[in-house]
Amino acid sequence: MPDWLWLVPAAPFAGFLVLIAGARLRRSGVAIVGAGSIAISAAVAFAIAARFTALPPDARVFTQTLWTWVRIGDFAPKVALRLDALSLVMVLVVTGVGFLIHLYSTAFMEGDEGYARFFAYMNLFVGMMLVLVLADNLLLLYLGWEGVGLCSYLLIGFWYRDPINANAGRKAFIVTRVGDTAMIIGLFLVATRLGTLDIQTLMQRAAAQWPAGSALPIAAAALLLGGAVGKSAQLPLQTWLPDAMAGPTPVSALIHAATMVTAGVYLIARTHVLFTLAPPVQLAVAIIGAATLLLAGCSALTQHDIKRVLAYSTISQIGYMFLALGVGAWSAAIFHFMTHAFFKALLFLGAGVVIAELDDEHDLFKMGGLRRELPVAFWTFLAGSASLAALPVVTAGFYSKDLILFETWSSVLGGPWLWFAGVGGALLTSVYTFRMVFLAFFGHLQRRPAGRSGWALNVPLIVLAALAIAGGFVELPSTLGGKPYFSDFLQFVLPAAVNLPARATDVVRLQVVAGVVSLAGIYLAWLLFLRRRTVLASAMRSPALRALDRFWFAGWGFDRLYDVVFVRPLVWFATVDKSDGIDRIYDGLAWSARTAWRALSHTETGRVRWYAAGITVGALVITTIVIFL
Amino acid sequence: MSAVPMTSGLIVASVLFSLGLLGVLVRRNLIFLLVSIEVMLNAAGLAFVVAGARWGALDGQIMFLFILVMAAAEVAVGLTLVIQLYHRMGTVDADAASMLRG
Repeated sequence: MPDWLWLVPAAPFAGFLVLIAGARLRRSGVAIVGAGSIAISAAVAFAIAARFTALPPDARVFTQTLWTWVRIGDFAPKVALRLDALSLVMVLVVTGVGFLIHLYSTAFMEGDEGYARFFAYMNLFVGMMLVLVLADNLLLLYLGWEGVGLCSYLLIGFWYRDPINANAGRKAFIVTRVGDTAMIIGLFLVATRLGTLDIQTLMQRAAAQWPAGSALPIAAAALLLGGAVGKSAQLPLQTWLPDAMAGPTPVSALIHAATMVTAGVYLIARTHVLFTLAPPVQLAVAIIGAATLLLAGCSALTQHDIKRVLAYSTISQIGYMFLALGVGAWSAAIFHFMTHAFFKALLFLGAGVVIAELDDEHDLFKMGGLRRELPVAFWTFLAGSASLAALPVVTAGFYSKDLILFETWSSVLGGPWLWFAGVGGALLTSVYTFRMVFLAFFGHLQRRPAGRSGWALNVPLIVLAALAIAGGFVELPSTLGGKPYFSDFLQFVLPAAVNLPARATDVVRLQVVAGVVSLAGIYLAWLLFLRRRTVLASAMRSPALRALDRFWFAGWGFDRLYDVVFVRPLVWFATVDKSDGIDRIYDGLAWSARTAWRALSHTETGRVRWYAAGITVGALVITTIVIFL
Repeated sequence: MSAVPMTSGLIVASVLFSLGLLGVLVRRNLIFLLVSIEVMLNAAGLAFVVAGARWGALDGQIMFLFILVMAAAEVAVGLTLVIQLYHRMGTVDADAASMLRG
């Protein structure tokens, strides 16, 4: 059965090729090929998972070498897939959630002129993402990494006729490129210093050759972190993700919530040995995560566009994953990745339904009262929101976020400050989440929905809602049964965090705090955005609050800053220096060649005797040189 | 037998060659051009024969036979071209046939 592993990424690629080549497929055919290829991929992945989990824990590693990519002396990266507990979790989420989103898209994108193009890009994306998570070496991983970046670009600018969408795609591509450049330099560094890009060998060699805290692992880890920060939209490269919402909603759900943006988390977890060898970089990961989750949480609070709220929320939740990685709680980060994929995909798909029903209305303040009109969307959205807000005990988000907060508190690498940031972020999360719920689904009905729904839209919502609620029960903390199946499953790949014994006993107190914070946030949201909206309105009259609102609305002014610091000087320089000095050199070369041609073409007279004279003179010159020199 | 010294033979050959070359350069009539080329070819042939005699090798005379054959072929083709040119242009002036200039 594991021999079929190649089929998991191959099926989406095949779907992509069929959709690109078969321009004459009917719409139903496009839907069958587009969603069917992911279904095959998911089915194979689940079958492999069933066989895989039956193995004893230490035998749960499988490598399939397909072919040797290139061979340059000793450096011979292979196209090889590696399946272990970590990549299996990633594969299951990518194919499972990916299939649900494709199913949803078959109905959601109905009537769009680029139907086949959409599914072709989506299939290519899933294939590239699977290459990324299954790659056995960093070079193949980088192929998948750039592949998903390309698909992200293509899909953000999917409706390319509007220049805003095309610009958003370009921005996403260029900003992530900053991180990718750091990452490729990091790959060069480890490849030249350790002589391999094979992940397992590389980790062993790094641990054996590089002392902890020395310059090389710090440089390597920092460069890889640069790539991760760009891809996962963390500080300071987070500016592209809110604009990436220009793409169709299923794209936001699949690429900019569930899978691609968590590639940075996967990369760090995959190369965790390097980060363990570089304590300052690991601390930086935690601090970046904590700062990002707070900043993005504040920005989410002020957005009007429902998709931008979700985008900032995604940045913030990935901040939690980075926080977990930074304190060495690798499996907690992957656990939060999984639950986040469920509830955030669900929230995006639910928001997609709302937006489509209201005839492309994104503004939260123009929604309202949709609770009775769209019952399926409402209840599933509520489940997703509860999970995002980490409603205690009954939601998946609670278990993963609680685990992260606990590890942040008790890990030797964590501490109270990071924990405070995490708890503050949790409060923000539940406020902005339920602000969204109350504004969109409660209150007065402002617009009557168009009333188009179907099983293909509802089934993914219901399945994801079930997962958003129940997906957390695979990791029960010690106070609630103590069945950490998920961490146990991952422990042969990702070591457990080292906890301070003195703090590790605070489980109950921390859980109570987390639960209270979550409920308090929901109450606050109810108070401010449903019950007493006048309070908020009167508070907003103060100029300081209005300025803060604008500042947060603009994402802490990062776009403006980058515009002033990077974009404008570059554009200015390009305008001033239209014909720069280096061009002159090449212009001069061209000019001298043209002049010489003009001069020499005069010697071509067409007269035989003239040519004979030329030959004679040439022969004389050469003879003279031979004889006298 | 008293051999002709090689130097005198080569001097004759080079004088012949120079005369031929001069003819090629200064004459405009294509017939004379062809004749001058014949003179240059014979100068080369003479040089071969003289050198062959000096080293006692047959190669020089063989080369002369080659040159003879080649000269005959060249004259055949050349005269045909001259006749063609005369038909088309009504002249055998080499400078008149300068349509292929750059």
